[in-house]
Amino acid sequence: MPDSYLIAGARPYGEEPTDLLIADGVIAAVGEQARSRAAQLEGITQVDAAGQIALPGMVDLHTHLREPGREDAETVETGTRAAAKGGFTAVHAMANSFPAADSAGVVEQVRRLGQEAGWAEVHPVGAVTVGLEGKQLAELGAMASSEAQVRMFSDDGHCVADAQLMRRALEYVKSFGGFIAQHAQDPSLTSWGTSSAAQMNEGEVSAILGLPGWPSVAEEAIIARDVLLADYVGSRVHICHVSTKGSVEIIRWAKERGVSVTAEVTPHHLMLTDELVRSYDPVYKVNPPLRTEADVQALREGLADGTLDVIGTDHAPHPTQAKECEWQQAAMGMTGLETALSGVQHAMVETGLIGWRRFAEITSERPAAIGGHADQGRPLDAGEPAHLILVDADARRTVNPEEHATKGRNSPFRGIELPGRVTATFLGGHPTMLHGELASSRTGRTA
Amino acid sequence: MRHLLSTADLSHQDALSILDTAEEMSAVSSREVKKLPTLRGRTVVNLFYEDSTRTRVSFEAAAKRLSADVVNFSAKGSSVSKGESLKDTVQTLEAMGADAVVIRHSASGAAAQLAASDWTEAAVVNAGDGTHEHPTQALLDALTLRRDWSAAHAAGSPRGTDLAGMKVLIVGDVLHSRVARSNIWLLRTLGAEVSLAAPATLLPQSVSSWPVTVHYSLDDALAEGPDAVMMLRVQAERMGGAFFPHAAEYTRRWGLTDERLEVVETLTLGDTGKPAVILHPGPMNRGVEISAAAADSDQSRITDQVAHGVSVRMAVLHLLLTGGHDA
Repeated sequence: MPDSYLIAGARPYGEEPTDLLIADGVIAAVGEQARSRAAQLEGITQVDAAGQIALPGMVDLHTHLREPGREDAETVETGTRAAAKGGFTAVHAMANSFPAADSAGVVEQVRRLGQEAGWAEVHPVGAVTVGLEGKQLAELGAMASSEAQVRMFSDDGHCVADAQLMRRALEYVKSFGGFIAQHAQDPSLTSWGTSSAAQMNEGEVSAILGLPGWPSVAEEAIIARDVLLADYVGSRVHICHVSTKGSVEIIRWAKERGVSVTAEVTPHHLMLTDELVRSYDPVYKVNPPLRTEADVQALREGLADGTLDVIGTDHAPHPTQAKECEWQQAAMGMTGLETALSGVQHAMVETGLIGWRRFAEITSERPAAIGGHADQGRPLDAGEPAHLILVDADARRTVNPEEHATKGRNSPFRGIELPGRVTATFLGGHPTMLHGELASSRTGRTA
Repeated sequence: MRHLLSTADLSHQDALSILDTAEEMSAVSSREVKKLPTLRGRTVVNLFYEDSTRTRVSFEAAAKRLSADVVNFSAKGSSVSKGESLKDTVQTLEAMGADAVVIRHSASGAAAQLAASDWTEAAVVNAGDGTHEHPTQALLDALTLRRDWSAAHAAGSPRGTDLAGMKVLIVGDVLHSRVARSNIWLLRTLGAEVSLAAPATLLPQSVSSWPVTVHYSLDDALAEGPDAVMMLRVQAERMGGAFFPHAAEYTRRWGLTDERLEVVETLTLGDTGKPAVILHPGPMNRGVEISAAAADSDQSRITDQVAHGVSVRMAVLHLLLTGGHDA
């Protein structure tokens, strides 16, 4: 595979068409210079990108790659293929593997698997507490100083519910520039007696369906507590998968107050509501749950005005049998890497709430900055690393999970027509996807 | 009607059709030979993932009185306890030729999932799913209420009549009660006014969106003069803790005690002068949500409810498996 590409006629950020020259892993030139310099290069491949939008490669702060331990659900290899297919050049692998990523050994293993796969940069997220049990701090410093250089710590899937432990975690990670990404869910407000846990958004639909409710206040109370804690100790907190209107209001208040807080929202929370649960189809079971139309609108507005910083996919693949069962026994989670661009385009761009410049901020630039990855989320300028994607924004496709690269088939968008299609993904100048198909990984692996 | 999953899905006509058919079935139950040939050669599977002797026996009796073959499948001690999924279990039963699957499950929505799946072609009857619905219980309650209501109003036969104008008070753990949900939707469809009396901890947070009047005092609710008082079982496993302080306080505030029975004894069915009625889906916690005197009073219809259960379930199986009417 040649390593020089002339991308002809692409529209950076959806603006005027131009040419981009990729050589030696960087964007070597843009505009007229790109074509003249390309003429001097041998073995260059020209990519006709007329009408297509060029964007920085997307960066996901919230991916479940399942490996080690749940390779039946996903592996680093299959998850990062899905990332490449979805337009991501970097993902953060959440710590709820088996064993949990709560030690230097596990995070280095995940990092190495990512490097060997070569479909996207893999940045392991370290667990905040040992075994994600919320009792004792994990070896945060060892993970930070390991080869994985972990900076983002999260017990995602579980909330760090103990306020004192959360305070200590926020304080401790300051010494190496880390931050805590909180799964905001007060467990005492989402457990129903001794045997059952909350199953869906608490509201009119849960009351009718007889499913234990997950009240919005269980999320909002933790966010309120954590922004106050972060302010008090002068540390940085990131709120995972914000799902309620009240949460947006609290984060807006915190930012106005100057608290160092960032927040993410998933594409599915920007699009879907708890009305879908009336079908009892477990594909709609997710944590935090799908909320109401008012929440969806507030999340969209919060993302448009900058209260919410980034898109996080919360890509959570499961084996078929984990979803092909009774709702209350079904696993929580949805796949998301391969539909994220389309979902955000549908919810935010086509509604006129944001343009492609802001799209690049929320899917690439801000997540890269939050994660501390200087070479990702860079502008499409000469001299910058060639992590970029091409998007056919006019395309429409009916989502078919059987065509996805992830092992998970649990997409809530199955059978739904969505706009937009990633046609090419360049990872450090190497096309992991080209002409709408997976090409090869940076390490030479093919799909 | 292809399945019976929820009373929320039943139209006024559907509900009356089931109740009227149940009246006919009730006549069969009073014959010397309590049997009809209607479902000869058909197979009804009672698929019970949750223990419930009275409901299972009621469905079994109903199916047998219609001459159906009955297969009872209990999850306990079966392949399910070895980890078999609902899908695999149902497909096994499908291969054995089930025409109807009566499913009882601790998971809300299990019956609906089964009906929506391609795992079986059988008609699905929801015999209680988690805290969602128990439609045949609501239908048998409605059959019970309708008899008193129509008799009090000197109707010759209850057939064809609904519960328009009747005031029904439901008391207790509405939050966890599939019986309450099914009753609320069905009673409203049949024209009754429904009120609830319970502590706020045992009501859904969004109960204000339901077509009911809510009381936080049972005495206030009784003062409104309901025609029927439907007590719900206090589920022992939920006693104490956060829902209410302890059983004795629950009884004092929400129980149909002997003192409150005296109030109920003054209530009538509308302005007919006939006594109001007391219902309970069973099993009862005597001395907790209902006193022994109330349970055994002349106004109690608790044993009638059990008898009507068989008639209603015969009607449902008959209508589902013979295509008795469209819905």
